[in-house]
Amino acid sequence: MRHLLSTRDLDRETAIEILDVAEDMADVAIREVKKLPTLRNKTVINLFFEDSTRTRTSFELAAKRLSADLINFSAKGSSVSKGESLKDTAQTLAAMGADAVVIRHSASGAPRVLADSGWIDAAILNAGDGTHEHPTQALLDAFTIRKRLHGSASRGRDLDGVAVTIVGDILHSRVARSNVWLLNTLGASVRLVAPATLLPPGVEHWPVELGFDLDDAVDAGPDAIMMLRIQAERMHAAYFPSAGEYSRQWGLDDERFNRLRADTMVMHPGPMNRGLEISSRAADSGQSTVLEQVANGVSIRMAVLYLLLSGAVEQGRAS
Amino acid sequence: MTARVVLQPADITRALTRISHEILESVGSSASELVILGIPTRGVVLAQRIAAILESIEPGSGTVGSLDVTMYRDDLSAQPTRPPSPTQIPAGGIDGKTVVLVDDVLFSGRTIRAALDAIGDHGRPRAVRLAVLVDRGHRELPIRADFVGKNLPTSLDERIAVRLDETDGREEVTITR
Amino acid sequence: MKLLITGATLPNGEVTDLLVENGRFAEASDSSKGATVIDASGLQALPGLVDLHTHLREPGFEQSETVLTGSRAAAIGGFTAVHAMANTSPVGDTAAVVEQVHSLGRHHGYVTVRPIGAVTAGLSGERLSEIGAMARSRASVTVFSDDGKCVSDALLMRRALEYVKTFGGVIAQHAQDPRLTEDAQMNEGTLSGELGLVGWPAVAEESVIARDVLLAQHVDARLHICHLSTAGSVEVIRWAKARGIKVTAEVTPHHLLLTEELARGYDSRFKVNPPLRRDEDVQALRSALADGTIDIVATDHAPHPIESKEAAWDDASFGMVGLESALSVVQLAMVDTGMLGWPDVARVLSSKPAEIGRLVGYDRAFAVGSRAQFTLFDPTASRVFDVSSLRGKGVNSPYLGRQLPGRVITTVHDGYPTVLDGELVDAATVAESAGRLDD
Ligand SMILES: [Zn+2]
Repeated sequence: MRHLLSTRDLDRETAIEILDVAEDMADVAIREVKKLPTLRNKTVINLFFEDSTRTRTSFELAAKRLSADLINFSAKGSSVSKGESLKDTAQTLAAMGADAVVIRHSASGAPRVLADSGWIDAAILNAGDGTHEHPTQALLDAFTIRKRLHGSASRGRDLDGVAVTIVGDILHSRVARSNVWLLNTLGASVRLVAPATLLPPGVEHWPVELGFDLDDAVDAGPDAIMMLRIQAERMHAAYFPSAGEYSRQWGLDDERFNRLRADTMVMHPGPMNRGLEISSRAADSGQSTVLEQVANGVSIRMAVLYLLLSGAVEQGRAS
Repeated sequence: MTARVVLQPADITRALTRISHEILESVGSSASELVILGIPTRGVVLAQRIAAILESIEPGSGTVGSLDVTMYRDDLSAQPTRPPSPTQIPAGGIDGKTVVLVDDVLFSGRTIRAALDAIGDHGRPRAVRLAVLVDRGHRELPIRADFVGKNLPTSLDERIAVRLDETDGREEVTITR
Repeated sequence: MKLLITGATLPNGEVTDLLVENGRFAEASDSSKGATVIDASGLQALPGLVDLHTHLREPGFEQSETVLTGSRAAAIGGFTAVHAMANTSPVGDTAAVVEQVHSLGRHHGYVTVRPIGAVTAGLSGERLSEIGAMARSRASVTVFSDDGKCVSDALLMRRALEYVKTFGGVIAQHAQDPRLTEDAQMNEGTLSGELGLVGWPAVAEESVIARDVLLAQHVDARLHICHLSTAGSVEVIRWAKARGIKVTAEVTPHHLLLTEELARGYDSRFKVNPPLRRDEDVQALRSALADGTIDIVATDHAPHPIESKEAAWDDASFGMVGLESALSVVQLAMVDTGMLGWPDVARVLSSKPAEIGRLVGYDRAFAVGSRAQFTLFDPTASRVFDVSSLRGKGVNSPYLGRQLPGRVITTVHDGYPTVLDGELVDAATVAESAGRLDD
């Protein structure tokens, strides 16, 4: 693996390999010495053009557990124009000898531009680009589902036959996109539920089932239901009339939660708007995987950093 | 390219039996404090076989596990990426125990160096010993084996291949030039 | 200066010699003595190409292009006249600005530069600019456009259509509903949904065109629609023409060849306004150009400095350069596919745009007595189009690295050569030739 830019171009074998390596990384997290010397002398740079303490911290922990040198390079609020700053920043990081760049950017495709640009030779890891993809989030979600279903016998398994329902602002969600492709690749069936205004154009060509009605989706008894964060600002752009109406139609409230199967996983990529897209009871229940997702995020990011930064030199990456 | 068989199945069994006896001799009365840790992939198979022999000679002496060293290697970027294998430390842990590391071939010593680092992250054994099926020489580090199935002096352009029933479907050690 | 072109193939297929004297075509049989001879055997002679939609960027954005560099890009593409859009700084909304651009064009002499005037002051979309003053200026502006922005206010558009009638002008509309295209980045469809780029729906173009053809009908005015990009727009224009509405339409070379699929790699060279569309749209635009529903090809040559394209897609500028590649792309998309012959190419790239822009001297190409504006083109050539094929300042061409057919060998503007043997004549010589004509 040279870069990790999207889940759409991950094949099943590679995806399972990442999940399996993450299992080993998760084992490290429960021993006394939580650190591995694996990436000593490697430099990982967190390049965040957008604030995200959670994701940044997760990558930071992952890199440090593998003994990499980790530098947080906050590019937000820089005075140079955005275009110049991406190129200039990339060249600066290259000059500093970065081996991997973890990039979060508000523009879809920015990690791809960086990977294709020739400005920098490092491995590029997409930590969320615009409304495009967030591959490590999808990987940690798949890992979480697999672990709940198969426990310590997870290694080597796919998600054949698993039914996952994703609810909310699909249009603006990079998490949803990455999950759709990855879950599909792993054999799961995906159902999307949202108001028509928050479904992307062409979604009918995606490998998913579509629905507008959350009650139908709840009663279908999915193995996992993933609630996406809804941004209240969206109502100003006329995507829906009010937070109240959104919550009534597409929120996982107590009543809907009660109707779920007792073993349906309740997932959320965080941060949650309690009382809007998810009720506190649902979020805090034993069915909720929210905290597991956070813990598994570190294992997944360790696995990805390991796979990107180890291995024989490909395509001219300096050793 | 010619492959020459240097150990037949019976030779391998004999070597492992001898190693097992030597291990028991070396620890005297504290055989129950032994932990046999195989290094993936074939070291794990060999460790399990040694543990079974130990158990048959002296019940309670065959505690076995596996120790992956992938994440401790210092040559990661010189080799193709390999996914790590699981590490299985027996329930009693390794603190205060005599750990016998088992690998198929001892060569540069770098794998064992990595294994010693890995052991350090899992606990503090009383002693660490090393058992290998084949020692082919060419050490790059001050490491030697305590128990050796067969010493095979080789040149650097020769390749040693260990094949075991459990992993390869046949049983032999060959040398290829 | 006297030029004798021997063995040229005219658009109608006739092979002939052409004599050029004092800026005009003359009878080839007499007085060819002493002429500079240009061997045109095997070359396709075309009337000088006229671009109705060029961004020359001067004044104000000289880091992107100047009148001189844009004129050179035009000449190497076979053009002898370009219409320069008004979105400069200051905006081309007064007689002073358009006269400046016009005179720079005359001075450099590679092509006739005809400034387009802004419809609204400062392109603000709020009140009309000094349309009369620009029309009556030495630049004789006949085409008015807020291109880059849409005249979206229906009342203002109505008034503009009516007002330019006074001066025989035409409004060239950049049809883009601003509310439907807020933050829009690429064609709205399955691909935009997948790439996470904000979609630019076809309806944002089609609804404005529909409104404007009805307005043009209502006030009985001429209307020109810039850069059609969708099959739906073609349908609206077809309907309007059938009703006798005085509307003309243009398509760019890139919309005849390229599709939205090119956005997949987020390479901002393919980011353009209006966006590249689906293959169905490309096919509809080709058919419409072939059957005359679309009147002309115009380049929308839009140079940008390199740093404004070296960015993430969302942050990069819209636009592509197109003057240098236009004729090759039209050959590839329309001629080599059998949809247009060379007489049609002469029409859509020369006589018809000149007619829409009321540019004189292009109605009787190659006729004795007409101004000598022409280009000699080798349609059998094939080349990998690369940065060395460009002559303007912008290198934001979507064709870099692509194999393109055809090559301009000679361009003659007002009777003097601007391109010879496939290379630009130097600026001093061209300026001198142009100056001599002025005397
Ligand atoms: Zn335009």
